[in-house]
Amino acid sequence: MSKVTTKITVSRRQLLAGAAAAGSFLAAPAIVRAQGGPLKIGVILPLSGVQAGIGQSCKRGVDIAPALLKQLGYTQPIELTTVDFETNPDVARARAEKLIADGVHMLAGPFDSGAAAAIAQVAEQKGVPFMINIAAAPQITEQGYKFTFRNFQTAPQIISRGLALFPQVFAATGKTPKSAVLMHINDTFGQANKRAIDAIFPKANMPFKILDSIAYDPAAKDLSVEVAKAKATGADLLMTVTRLNDAILLVREMVKQRWEPMGIMSPGAPGLYEQQFLDTMGKYGDEIITTIPWANPKADMTKMVEAEFKKVYPKDKLPGHIFNIGFTFEALLVCADAHKRAGSTNGQALADAMRKTKIEKRVMVGGPIEFDEKGQCNTIASVVLQNKKGVPTVVLPKEASAGNVVFPMPGWGKRG
Amino acid sequence: MTGLFSELSKRGIVLLVLLLALMLAAPFLANDYLLTVLILILYFAFTGQAWNVMMGFAGQLSLGHALYVGLASYVAAALFVRFGVGPWIGMLVAVPVAVIAGAIIGFLAFRFRVGGVYFAILTIAFAEFTRVGFDHFSYVGGSGGLFLPVSQYTSNDLVNLRGNPTMFYYVILAMTLGAWLLCRWLLRSRLGYFWQAIREDEDAARALGIDTFRCKMIAVMISAGLTAPAGVFTAFYYNNLFPEQVFNMGRSIEIILGPIIGGVGTLFGPILGAFLLTGLSESMHELLSWLGLDVPGAKAVFYGICLLFVVVALPDGVWPWVARKLKVTERKVTERKP
Amino acid sequence: MPPIDLILNVAVGGILTGLVYGLMALGLSVIFGVIRVVNFAHGEMMTVAMFLAFSAFTAFGIDPLLSLIPIAALLFAFGYAMQAGLINDFVNKPEHTQFILLVAVAIILVNVLLMIFGPDARGVQTDYSFDSFEVGKLIIDATKAYAALAAVLVAVVLFAFFRFTLIGQAIRACADNYTGALVVGLDVKRLYALTFGIGAACVGAAGAVLVLITDVTPALGPSYTLQAFIIVIIGGLGSMPGALLGGVLIGLTEALAGLFFTPSAKSMFAVAALVLVLLLRPQGIMGKRQR
Repeated sequence: MSKVTTKITVSRRQLLAGAAAAGSFLAAPAIVRAQGGPLKIGVILPLSGVQAGIGQSCKRGVDIAPALLKQLGYTQPIELTTVDFETNPDVARARAEKLIADGVHMLAGPFDSGAAAAIAQVAEQKGVPFMINIAAAPQITEQGYKFTFRNFQTAPQIISRGLALFPQVFAATGKTPKSAVLMHINDTFGQANKRAIDAIFPKANMPFKILDSIAYDPAAKDLSVEVAKAKATGADLLMTVTRLNDAILLVREMVKQRWEPMGIMSPGAPGLYEQQFLDTMGKYGDEIITTIPWANPKADMTKMVEAEFKKVYPKDKLPGHIFNIGFTFEALLVCADAHKRAGSTNGQALADAMRKTKIEKRVMVGGPIEFDEKGQCNTIASVVLQNKKGVPTVVLPKEASAGNVVFPMPGWGKRG
Repeated sequence: MTGLFSELSKRGIVLLVLLLALMLAAPFLANDYLLTVLILILYFAFTGQAWNVMMGFAGQLSLGHALYVGLASYVAAALFVRFGVGPWIGMLVAVPVAVIAGAIIGFLAFRFRVGGVYFAILTIAFAEFTRVGFDHFSYVGGSGGLFLPVSQYTSNDLVNLRGNPTMFYYVILAMTLGAWLLCRWLLRSRLGYFWQAIREDEDAARALGIDTFRCKMIAVMISAGLTAPAGVFTAFYYNNLFPEQVFNMGRSIEIILGPIIGGVGTLFGPILGAFLLTGLSESMHELLSWLGLDVPGAKAVFYGICLLFVVVALPDGVWPWVARKLKVTERKVTERKP
Repeated sequence: MPPIDLILNVAVGGILTGLVYGLMALGLSVIFGVIRVVNFAHGEMMTVAMFLAFSAFTAFGIDPLLSLIPIAALLFAFGYAMQAGLINDFVNKPEHTQFILLVAVAIILVNVLLMIFGPDARGVQTDYSFDSFEVGKLIIDATKAYAALAAVLVAVVLFAFFRFTLIGQAIRACADNYTGALVVGLDVKRLYALTFGIGAACVGAAGAVLVLITDVTPALGPSYTLQAFIIVIIGGLGSMPGALLGGVLIGLTEALAGLFFTPSAKSMFAVAALVLVLLLRPQGIMGKRQR
């Protein structure tokens, strides 16, 4: 709803990488500009509107990027401009046009499939490379774009890689549910994932069957009916595809209705690991499982991100942001890397360089960042993430794990 | 030709020609971003005129015009995606669909004597109903959205509406001009006078022997049908459709802000209003970021304050005032009495 | 066919939530019934109240069931000022002009909230947030029960005010016969301001209570406005018991539609109910025929 407010805000901050990180005493932005040829990247994020919470989380990834890129040896001058698309794809399109008219060489963002589709068209028309940080709708890289790149799993990848981890959870604990009920939000992301589940589940050879799937309105203010309906199926396991607010409503309602399935498992949706969810739910948020691409806690680059985050946001907890920050930072890393190799700010040269990207060391769990001919990165792995004392913790696979998997989860009354 | 512009002063005609020349030359003067803004302005000018037929001419307040835009968008886009039918033929289907939707709403409302605020809310209700319905209509992608295929265009394809912003600009400019001429003709037709009679006092109009039901039905159907091309245009311009976006209540409100601020019932009001509001909204973001006040929300607060200011200072809209100042006044009959 | 205890559980939940929405709609109904102006900023005023209750809780730990009184008072002052300073000049203007005026107010409210509180969903977590009562096979959500009780209490106070106090009777006189009220020397403008204030106070109380049940974001305003419209038209614009009844009916409809059909389409049923009522009984279930 809410589109009385469709045209709202634009927040824009110019971070001048060179000046900020080098700490030069005459850190005059004008000088950096005067030298000519800085790489200008326009980052488009939902800083206001429905997805503002997550957009502002992504923004932190932009804020810590200049210093980190410097440390990683990308010392060329980079100018980042972040603009708000107000969680409205039409505005996203206008902002992309505006950024390109203002002379940016690359676009990045936007944590939203609808907006990504809109921006990709502008990028394609203008021949400006567009680096997607987070957006799962498979169509985006299926439309034949030459300038759009995505370092994120598509919805079918999220589901297939996520579901593949489910049996590992059961194997690790020796407890296997026989049935599940699926609750999913009925928006672009939710339907893309639902479709992927419908396609993949029958072939995935899962030990449980799905009894029912319950779709709910993204604008729902109360999920009591939905939860009552799900509870009535008597399923052992709840599978969810949520965003943030509805995840809170959902679990709170489960506690109230005293529904205690063996577990709540989300194959790759946001919400259940977000900082706001963890803060709000407290002990009731623990032992909930999400299978999702995640930052590798053992990677060097993750440690660098942690250190820088602490410097810039001393009061905030990283785990609730790391997913958004990791992918947003990696998007900018790809841009900087392509620019360094291309040695030019020409759109075609940058796109050619991006197509040849091979970044071995990265934040997220998975193989090197590289793109197929459609501009899709297929090397991103999923992990099993479980909330432990308010902190989303990697529990599987073993090589990246920082905690033990617990399943079934303890009942609501048996906590703390 | 002289008859068509008889009520405009010489000065008015000169200004009109100048404006038209400027609009025609715009793609050579403006950069792509400005062109995008101009396209947005013309889109609102077009839909504003279509809405104005219903409200400004016949006095029926619709708060659900996003319904017609959305239906037409989906019809044209689905025909293109599913059957490869081009937008102009798609328009031949989309317009009747919108007209039928309008006719259904109009018939129910006028037959059951739903008027005033109740009618306005009925129009919102239908738009909302359709929005949720399309969220579950998997043939056109449901809430997952409907995507039109896109590629990098080397040439403009007017037949399939695939091309660069300049082409879209001229298309929407031609549409807006066409709508303006149509509205002008309608307003000065016999039907137009009936409408104005109904707008001012429906009971009196009925007493004079005007078939108010029929006249109101025609107004709703024309307004809906005239809105439809804007839907087809947006479908092919934006290339992706989401029920959450196209049928949104906020969309309906955006459509009607322009004509109300510009001047309900006037011919130039919707166009002026679109320029003012879209211009205001875009320049606001420049201004605020220049002032360093670019907190999320600030722009809309200023936008709201401006809106409030205009409606308090000029409750009849900006155009009647501008027209007086510029001495290009339209004939009295087209202006709504307060 | 779902089992009967499931239906009962869902129905009770729907009725309890519906009562709170009914209180919100009551405010809209009072304003329209007397002033004949449709408050298109109604839902936005509701979110303001919700944020006030949230702030009172996080800053001072005041339970929303208590803070509803000062919040209602604050909203009363806001409503009074808005009617006296702004809307009174628009009472005799065409509907679309009133509409733009209130939409402008709505846009300002939403975005001031966004600037102050940011976009995140905010909720109140009381000691009883996760509680529920078990009555036989029924599980009743404690917060919903308290919220509904508070809503009913406020509504009763309001009924009493309009029935038994002089000012209340004067306001009703204004609504029944505008010219008559002028003739007998009532200060209509002041009564209008009072009415808008009372309507706003209703929303204030409803918002404070609702924050117990659901989280609030600035962007929620318009959807509450629409919901208030639906309820009030179903119950009967201008009828006070009608608003409460409409709230209960809509709460029940949405709950049962969610149960029997797909929950994501449940708001369709509310809208469909609205269309039916508009066509078959446009004055609403408990409304008096206008015109």
